[in-house]
Amino acid sequence: MDALLEPFRYGFMLEAFAIGALVAAVSAVLSCFLVLRGWSLMGDAVSHAVLPGIVLAYWAGLPLAVGAFASGLLCAFATGWIKARSRIKEDTVMGVVFTGLFALGLVLMSRTTTDLHLDHILFGNILGIPRAQLIETTVLSGLVLLVVGVLRRDLLLVSFDPAHARALGRPVALLNYLLLALLALAVVSAMQAAGLILVVAMLVTPGATAFLLARRFDEMLLKAVLVSVLSALGGIYASFFLNGSPAACIVVAQALVFVAALLLAPRRGLWRRAGSAGAP
Amino acid sequence: MTESEPISLEAENVTVTYPSGQTALRDASLRLEGGTICALVGVNGSGKSTLFKALMGFLAPARGTVRVAGRPVREAQKKGWMAYVPQAEEVDWSFPVSVADVVMMGRYGQMNFLRIPRAGDRAAVEESLRRVGMWELRERQIGELSGGQKKRVFVARALAQGGRIILLDEPFTGVDVGTEEAIVALLRELREEGRLVLVSTHNLGSVPEFCDQVVLINRTVLAFGPTDEVFTPENLTRAFGGALRAFEIEHSTVDAHDGRALTVLTDDEHPLVLGRSGHLEYRRRAGREDLVSEREKKAREEQPPAA
Repeated sequence: MDALLEPFRYGFMLEAFAIGALVAAVSAVLSCFLVLRGWSLMGDAVSHAVLPGIVLAYWAGLPLAVGAFASGLLCAFATGWIKARSRIKEDTVMGVVFTGLFALGLVLMSRTTTDLHLDHILFGNILGIPRAQLIETTVLSGLVLLVVGVLRRDLLLVSFDPAHARALGRPVALLNYLLLALLALAVVSAMQAAGLILVVAMLVTPGATAFLLARRFDEMLLKAVLVSVLSALGGIYASFFLNGSPAACIVVAQALVFVAALLLAPRRGLWRRAGSAGAP
Repeated sequence: MTESEPISLEAENVTVTYPSGQTALRDASLRLEGGTICALVGVNGSGKSTLFKALMGFLAPARGTVRVAGRPVREAQKKGWMAYVPQAEEVDWSFPVSVADVVMMGRYGQMNFLRIPRAGDRAAVEESLRRVGMWELRERQIGELSGGQKKRVFVARALAQGGRIILLDEPFTGVDVGTEEAIVALLRELREEGRLVLVSTHNLGSVPEFCDQVVLINRTVLAFGPTDEVFTPENLTRAFGGALRAFEIEHSTVDAHDGRALTVLTDDEHPLVLGRSGHLEYRRRAGREDLVSEREKKAREEQPPAA
């Protein structure tokens, strides 16, 4: 019994639980929009594209988040700009832009001696986040949650039926850019905890799971946050005993919940459907 | 509707050029009044969808102006006058939104920035849903509806928003004949209320049945006005060029023996024409003269001339 409670005796574990839950909630909220809009690849793109911004911000002595945000946005805007002016399809443009930026980040990084740890940026370091960055992550996460909370109906409207939003005179392009900016902020805030590579999963999986379980949008948001936060807590807890990467354990937990939802979801679960395969 | 001021839609020399440099529409002008159902007719690539985007204020013309009741479109949008009923294919039906959610989206223009519905918004949603006969299904997820029900939900949204210019994009694609009639009946009601109903369609045959006005489009507005004045063979040829399929009776195998009894079946492609006794008719008589005279003979045998 004592052994099971051991993770809660360490300050760094308690911090990890708190920051993991917060980051999980933020990425879950955005994942709902990404999944519904078919923007899953955009999460991947923006999260990779922040790397050169991080290195440049480090050089310039700016907060890393500022550089990451700028470079993540650059990726999103560049993709849209090139797509509007060439015959190349969007996913291809995105593939070129984000891998290009990511590689540029790697080159910049190898050109400099820093105390930035590449593996911390790529894979996260939730057990040893410096105090300043804990505060940064908390503020950014709170900001994203607040903006989405207030504007979620407008963001849903432009995702569901942009033509109707335009007919009502809503600023559709502005709201789309806002969603991209929120995505970049979420990536930045999750970077320290989950790492650039695994944040992609956190920005897709909870939304996908909740999509299987929900019939209304607010219900989907709530279930995504619930699934994501519980997976984060469970993943971090398990990582203590498995002695594995906490970020990886979180993502594995999220993936397991997704599979469970896929099989067991009420009405739409594969299990349920297999059972009633004879019915029309 | 509370506004007593009559609605009108006016385009003057509208030219639209896309960022790629392609000019999709040149010098398009038209004027329409409320209390009418008007078809926008043109083939794919004729600039039809560009014109309706310009009319709805979805894109800014490079030259020319669009005015709604003498105002800029932007102002009409803010008042909720411009309503859009999308094509079925444009909508992602798997979205986790209910019938009532969709109709409530019509009220967003009237709500404060938090979009929290008030009693007035709920009443408008209920009234609109009852009007199109969808109130009982308000809790359904939109993907769980039939084609006609889906269309009615979006018409209800246009009503809930107080739309005075309602544009329907290909409203009859994918709906059965009975549903089509129900939608047409609803559109006629909207017309009687003084709204301007615009129907974008490539289906020529249905136009004279329910549209009192037509705008013919081919890179510009070729003609607009009452259907019987605009739908002339010359105008239609200019609008459709070689894309129009014709069944000309005088060149076909239809002849006197068919009397006035012809059955025309069409699924919006070449019509299938059947003669009086149900036999097939061909578009070209040439080469089939034997067939015509044989049927003529048969018809005479079956119905001996009255003494």
